[in-house]
Amino acid sequence: MSVPHALLALLSEGPKYGLQLREEFEARTGEVWPLNVGQVYTTLQRLERDGLVESEGAADEGPQKMFLITPAGDEELGAWLRTPPDLASPPRDELVIKVLVAMRLPGVDMPAVLQMHRTYLVQLMQQWTRIKEDAAEDDLALLLAVDAELFRLDSVVRWLDSADSRIKRNPVGAVAEETSPAPLPRLRRTVGVRR
Amino acid sequence: MTALELREVSKVYGDGAAKVDALCGVSLTVEPGALVAIMGPSGSGKSTMLTIAGSLEDATSGEVLVGGRALSSMSRNERAQLRRRSIGFVFQNFNLLPGLTAAENVSLPLELDGLAARTARKVGLRALEELGLADRAARFPDELSGGERQRVAIARAVVGERRLLLADEPSGALDSVNAEAVMRLVRTACRGEVAGVVVTHDAQLASWADRVVFLRDGRMADQTPPLPGPESLLAPGRAQ
Repeated sequence: MSVPHALLALLSEGPKYGLQLREEFEARTGEVWPLNVGQVYTTLQRLERDGLVESEGAADEGPQKMFLITPAGDEELGAWLRTPPDLASPPRDELVIKVLVAMRLPGVDMPAVLQMHRTYLVQLMQQWTRIKEDAAEDDLALLLAVDAELFRLDSVVRWLDSADSRIKRNPVGAVAEETSPAPLPRLRRTVGVRR
Repeated sequence: MTALELREVSKVYGDGAAKVDALCGVSLTVEPGALVAIMGPSGSGKSTMLTIAGSLEDATSGEVLVGGRALSSMSRNERAQLRRRSIGFVFQNFNLLPGLTAAENVSLPLELDGLAARTARKVGLRALEELGLADRAARFPDELSGGERQRVAIARAVVGERRLLLADEPSGALDSVNAEAVMRLVRTACRGEVAGVVVTHDAQLASWADRVVFLRDGRMADQTPPLPGPESLLAPGRAQ
């Protein structure tokens, strides 16, 4: 979630105070992404330094300070909305690495490892679904935000299912014997299943 | 009293070289008001578990209790009556009778159970109304959309005094928004005295349940613990 761009989007509607920005941010994201006040002011400071917003009012940070978007900020927001997020990189997430490592360790009960992660993910999905169940029908922001999270977790469960079935067809021992000990994918950054 | 209880249930198909252990000593308890999802890959035994729970086929060994009564202690007639009165089934392909209207499809199980046609029709119409289908009551299944057909199937499954709702991939080939609508209905139906068991391979659908049970090769591989409150997901500092 890009907090700077979300704040720019809110400011594109007109000048706003810091506290007001925090409340509106939470309302628009269905309160799925809580923000603390400190985070809001730090982000605004950075945006101001980069010339994307300017402020009016008391020189000190505080509730009396009003923020406005600059033409450069407008331009940045427009460019951000049109830029596809970085989804093209190969999977390097922590769960994939764990499963690949587990496959190479002797004596690991692969189905049990996969199931442990599957149970955890479905549990998380149950909690998100509860939020969806309690949401008002017209709270579109919340419904969309929760759906996004559910689809993301669901895709990980599906990956576990497919890993399970691939390993069942081609047992891990057999894979390990046939495959030369190729190095594991380089772990440049770890992205957990939980943000 | 539990709504459904499976005690060490096993099911074997065929024998000799063709022997298949579809279920191996599975136990499950479903309390009234609870919705339990059974997840597992194809061939894991989840549909077999549902048909045994619904008394549509017999277990090879073990005991099944519906509403506290052991199926093995019931006569054939009593079991047929239990299926008509207390258990509602929802199948992937809806299984509506094409020659009957939506209302007639819903009231049929009540009529089969001896209720006067007029009364049965009234109860059936009320069930359709509750699912937002009052204006579709006189339509035939082929005049309904997929989502509407499945809602009729759910109305038929919950009509009358049903206590146990058994659903096998109830959202079938519906798109995700219609599938969600189906699960909301199933969720709403499973309150008070009514319990439900949904079999699915779809984690999004399963996540509507209070508890998710995972089957693998006919055995229970795991299940989710009781749900914590949603507050745990909304802890401060999740935004980046």
